[in-house]
Amino acid sequence: MSTNELPLWEVFIQPKTGAPFQHAGNVHATDKEMALQNARDLYTRRMEGTCIWVVKADEIVSSNSNDQESFFDPANDKVYRYPTFFKVSKKAKGL
Amino acid sequence: MKNPLFQYVLSLADDALIIGQRLSEWAYRAPFLEEDIALSNISLDLFGRANLLLEYASEIKGGGTCADDLAFKRNEREFFNHLLCEQPNGDFGKTIVRQFFFDSFYLLFLTRLAKSKDLQLSAISQKSLKEVTYHFRHSSQWVIRLGAGTQESHEKLQNAVNVLWVFTDEFFNMNDIDKMMVKQKIGVDRQALKVEWDKEINKVLKKATLKRPEKGHIISGGKEGIHSEHLGHLLSDMQYLQRAYPDAEW
Repeated sequence: MSTNELPLWEVFIQPKTGAPFQHAGNVHATDKEMALQNARDLYTRRMEGTCIWVVKADEIVSSNSNDQESFFDPANDKVYRYPTFFKVSKKAKGL
Repeated sequence: MKNPLFQYVLSLADDALIIGQRLSEWAYRAPFLEEDIALSNISLDLFGRANLLLEYASEIKGGGTCADDLAFKRNEREFFNHLLCEQPNGDFGKTIVRQFFFDSFYLLFLTRLAKSKDLQLSAISQKSLKEVTYHFRHSSQWVIRLGAGTQESHEKLQNAVNVLWVFTDEFFNMNDIDKMMVKQKIGVDRQALKVEWDKEINKVLKKATLKRPEKGHIISGGKEGIHSEHLGHLLSDMQYLQRAYPDAEW
């Protein structure tokens, strides 16, 4: 298989019902069903989850490292975006 | 005749043990990493099932026998698995077809055995059913994927179906022990499963664009302890440690 690698799929596991899905890793597979089964075998052997998502890796749109400054740096000096930035007035009750 | 319940349980255990051993031969050798783990997982499920059944069998036998004694200290003629289980892996397609025939039969069989009057057998079947449901999904999807895949994969699958077909009928043979167990509402009427099995098999083969072989030559005997030449080699691998170092422990 080394010369003819199968497509890559990203695997997301939901640890318990209602919880957000978390990225677990990836698997190789030719189709949806195989991706789901391989993900089950690789990532849920120790009761890690209640539901699995598999997504073809090349269907995922990712920001790239060149974008890092313009995407994330502007948030640097804006600590007021944290709720803890603000002092709570002593007069405010029931918070 | 030995205790018929003992024989019955032993024969079911041997099926799981022997095909589990076969599948474990793929460890580190499967076509790619994910499938390597899938086959090993299924193999471990089968060893788990074999262990539960062998523990039950040794309990019935009594006299201090344990599951390991039954697994590692019996000779070829004292194994009662169906011949399909001991057939060599061949290529990946052949392994998949063997597993597909096995899983499709056991899915039906264990569904019935879960209703056995024997509470131990019923409990073991209920636990195993969840696993077999998954095994069947794995093997049948591969049959469809490869059968309806490329010309080469199709040919290899069709060849495997033709070669292994002669061993499938043995699963529906009723020997004296089967009959006795059915009478006591402990065992399963194997013949009654045939129609449903045919239907399931036909469905998958059709999707896989594979031809079902004509009914013809049938090979059986495993359940009576008469095996193909392959079982001895398998046992010499599986039993090596206990034979070379009797009663060795971890």
